[in-house]
Amino acid sequence: MTIAGTPAVATRTGRPLLGGRRLSLDWLGALPFLAYVGLFLLLPSAVVGVGAFFNADGSFTIDNYAHLSRSYVVKATLTTMTLSAVTALVGAALGALLAYAIVTGSRDGLLRRLAVSASGVLAQFGGVTLAFAFIASIGPAGLVYLFAQAHGLDYYARGIWLFDVFPGLALVYLYFQIPLMVLVFLPALDGIKPQWREATESLGGNTWHYWRRVAGPILFPSFLGAVLLLFANAFSAYATAQALINQGSPVLSQQIAGAISSEVGAAEPGFAKAIAIEMIVIVTIVTIGYSLLQRRTARWL
Amino acid sequence: MRLGRVTRHLGLAVVAFVVVTACGSSSGGGSASCSETQAKTATSSSSCGGHDALVAAAKAEGKLNVIALPRDWANYGAILDGFQAKYGIAITSDNPDGSSQDEVNAVQQLGTTSRAPDVLDVGMAVALANLSLFAPYKVETWGDILDSQKESTGLWFQDYGGFMSIGYDSAKVPAINSVDDLKGSAFKGKVALNGNPKQANAALNGVMMANLAAGGTLDDISKGVDFFHQLKQAGTFVPVQATTATVKNGTTPVVFDWDYLSAAHGKDVPSWKVFVPSNAILGGYYAQAINKSAPHPAAARLWEEYLYSDEGQNLWLKGLARPVRQAAMTKSGKVDAAAAAALPAVNGTPRFLSPDQATAAKNYVVAHWDAAIA
Repeated sequence: MTIAGTPAVATRTGRPLLGGRRLSLDWLGALPFLAYVGLFLLLPSAVVGVGAFFNADGSFTIDNYAHLSRSYVVKATLTTMTLSAVTALVGAALGALLAYAIVTGSRDGLLRRLAVSASGVLAQFGGVTLAFAFIASIGPAGLVYLFAQAHGLDYYARGIWLFDVFPGLALVYLYFQIPLMVLVFLPALDGIKPQWREATESLGGNTWHYWRRVAGPILFPSFLGAVLLLFANAFSAYATAQALINQGSPVLSQQIAGAISSEVGAAEPGFAKAIAIEMIVIVTIVTIGYSLLQRRTARWL
Repeated sequence: MRLGRVTRHLGLAVVAFVVVTACGSSSGGGSASCSETQAKTATSSSSCGGHDALVAAAKAEGKLNVIALPRDWANYGAILDGFQAKYGIAITSDNPDGSSQDEVNAVQQLGTTSRAPDVLDVGMAVALANLSLFAPYKVETWGDILDSQKESTGLWFQDYGGFMSIGYDSAKVPAINSVDDLKGSAFKGKVALNGNPKQANAALNGVMMANLAAGGTLDDISKGVDFFHQLKQAGTFVPVQATTATVKNGTTPVVFDWDYLSAAHGKDVPSWKVFVPSNAILGGYYAQAINKSAPHPAAARLWEEYLYSDEGQNLWLKGLARPVRQAAMTKSGKVDAAAAAALPAVNGTPRFLSPDQATAAKNYVVAHWDAAIA
């Protein structure tokens, strides 16, 4: 209660209108945001979550959720989580290094401008285009492979690994994960002032001390946040996986697609919604885990 | 006077003769007419006063609405033009690239309006699921259609289709003479399906064909799933969906697909060959149906007569699709021999999935496919 809200005076004689406290109108400012979150996040989630309790003819059922225990869905869940975690961690590590390299250069230099705009483009370069770019270049009929094969290097001699989740799909995912990391981590690195390093050195600290005690603790929360973003980015990707590995639907989003539409009559819309809810729950758990971890790390460091 | 009577009799006889021959050639009464209510419920051209009456009624309507007929699919461009030129009936062709489900949705949404589609060309799964939307009708050439390829009252009747085949680039892999050849090392990393069998009909039939070749039956697709499991284990099966692009660039030099679709790859890859195994001839056909509330009932029925005439059937054949009357027309010599020769050769008896068998195959594939090729 600040300048405008000096209620104490009036309380003895006549009670103010709404109980002991004046109604704060601060929340009004958040209204557009809350409305947005409600309309575009909570409402659709609720519609999907409730819809999963009904089968095709509209009667109530919990089968759709029970079917999540089908072996191929469990397997897809594990594969998707592993794939997302690995590409998020590797992408974050490599992307952070790349971003650091960019930051150490001239701030308005050509290299930085080139690298940043290239990252902006590549971070959005996913889907069928990306998958087909890999197929057409290093794929089994691709230019690079045919050239390598002609020169005695048959890198598919033990199977076409490009069409496996590891390393094929993971490699393709890194192609948009690393640039995304560069984009989201660059501002954090820009916040690091050279004076801090000078201060560390004038106090007798070396490089290790600087990273361990100064830059590390400042950057770590944004690094974790970026890892989470990359995880969610990989977790929700669909078109890239679909174009590269059409058979077996190793990724959860593909399982949803398979359950939504089928020419052969295998569509289970309720089941698709149940898988969607499963994905929402997983991302929620990861997000909660992230915020807990971040609170802990703030204390450790 | 006498002479006059004779000429009158003679004249009558000539008229009668002309009428009789006209009737004979057009298999119906020339003078009868077909009212709108008659046309709506007509289950054959004779219940609409005969072929000529049907033509007259259709011309009076003057219009026909068709839907989801791409001009480059099974030669529909030439068929649409041919019908318009022959009868002078204007055709409105809606949503040419739509799916079978889109056609049914249009019938339901447009109801009895004048924009509703008159006739449909749909996949079998969609046809069987929507019988209540169709009007029964038997074309004049009904007898040429096998009983297994039509609904007995004429709610739907198959029109054209083809056989499941293995298409391959003969410049990249050796010639294929049996499905088992694919287990050889020459096919490592080269075999693909057109889609995921849990979703795509062509892919499900591809698995079924492998199943038949491996000694399985139409009732049990498990041997087909095993076959692809073995291909996957051997590193032969490529999980990429075969498309025109992957065929063109060589990523999928061997593809399970309908022969009439596969043959079209020959345009991009001149060395493309299409093989239909004689021990596993699996047919797949589309079906025609007339909208129960067709805004142009006579034109709709005339369109079907045109499609199932020798002329219409040969036009489909020129589009590399196999018309349903092909066997009968081959026997009667009416088939376009040059167009028939352009199709991949097939020797043996074709088999067709019944609706129950298709459902059983689908259920097995949904439960086992992902694990089998993971």
